[in-house]
Amino acid sequence: MHLGHDLDEKFPHRHTYSAAAPEHPDGTRRALRIGLGGPVGSGKTATVAALCRALRTEMSIAVVTNDIYTREDADFLLREAVLPPERIQAVETGACPHTAIRDDISANLEAVEDLENETGPLDLILVESGGDNLTATFSKGLVDAQIFVIDVAGGDDIPRKGGPGVTTADLLVINKTDLAPHVGSDLEGMARDAEAQRGDLPVTFTSLKDEGGVKPVADWVRERLTHWTAGRA
Amino acid sequence: MKKGGLHPMNRAALFVLADGRFPAGGHAHSGGAEPAVAAGRIRDADSLEGFCRGRLHTAGLVAAALAAAAAAGHDPLALDEAADARTPVQALRTTARKLGRQMMRAARATWPSPELDRLAAARPQGAHQPVVLGLAVRSAGLAPLDAAYAMAYETVSGPATATVRLLSLDPFDATAVLARLAPELDQVAAAATRAAQHILEEGIDALPAASAPLLDISAQQHATWPVRLFAS
Repeated sequence: MHLGHDLDEKFPHRHTYSAAAPEHPDGTRRALRIGLGGPVGSGKTATVAALCRALRTEMSIAVVTNDIYTREDADFLLREAVLPPERIQAVETGACPHTAIRDDISANLEAVEDLENETGPLDLILVESGGDNLTATFSKGLVDAQIFVIDVAGGDDIPRKGGPGVTTADLLVINKTDLAPHVGSDLEGMARDAEAQRGDLPVTFTSLKDEGGVKPVADWVRERLTHWTAGRA
Repeated sequence: MKKGGLHPMNRAALFVLADGRFPAGGHAHSGGAEPAVAAGRIRDADSLEGFCRGRLHTAGLVAAALAAAAAAGHDPLALDEAADARTPVQALRTTARKLGRQMMRAARATWPSPELDRLAAARPQGAHQPVVLGLAVRSAGLAPLDAAYAMAYETVSGPATATVRLLSLDPFDATAVLARLAPELDQVAAAATRAAQHILEEGIDALPAASAPLLDISAQQHATWPVRLFAS
């Protein structure tokens, strides 16, 4: 604590004003920020909704959505009543969803900070990107960890093709496994390809429409939050 | 007081600041292009040029003068008030402050200063963007003319970029529009800087107050659209 103060005086420029500082001025840990990215229609919003339902009694959650067209995802979450309205913020991205989560994170950071300031102590903030292509990943200035959501109907060659989302996301979710027989997707092949791309980084197959389908993702989030609260990013 | 922006030793800072990629949230705003496209007022490169010219000489001039005044060291809170007075429409005041808040974050990350800190503390929801930009310019050791240029350029480059996305307008055509506007940009930046210099004798009322009613009206309407790509 004293050491930090000395460093502040010696190096007044060392703080940026993005996600870097994990602590509030009073020393308490800020909320864990997790981004959800992935192609349009893969199930990001459904994942956010399911996570909120699964976790909201255990932890204080808020959501930032990056609609490509304003408000639709936010409205979906409101209609599904997964969280009270003051815990959901929608951010326009000017037809460039990847820019808003990666190259110029200002508007998203502002939404995250507004939620932290106005909604009381938060444990977790989920930032859902507008659907984009396989190269769109979250800036480390905006989130502490990211989930990349693809689905089996989007092509079972996606894991093999790789790309930053598939390869580097902290958790890869392969959703809509129930559709695999209908679209001829080879799930075992996808699993092998994903492991080849990701090594030890976790992959989970989900069918979110099933009862409890989000459990592996929820468990992963719980584990991340435990680490975060213990002071380990 | 630094000499005008022709000082050769520190031009680089201006490039960093004026770069379209400077992360101050501008990419999500169309500068009124989105409602103009929807209303058929921007249809192609020629009409884009007309739109940008109009914005440059009205809202652009006003913003550039405010930025120059802030860069010259005039009281940022007084300038913030003057900006309010020159922005009759609530939607544009909200937008200006949102962009100002986002610009403040970027400015404190790039050229931190006690002046920026003071303004941030006094206006936690954001001061008007031109005022913050002017303070950033000042903090970077640049001149009022540089602030006027950066602000005036953004006034036209924002709509041009947005129109490329909204209309799939050929980006080469859009950039040619900006190139053709460059001489007028020079004029507006110079006029804005001169106006800011008159604050000493005439007070803040010396700042231009040119209005663009169509921009104002369409901005307020745009803010109520349920479906839109851009925040403004």
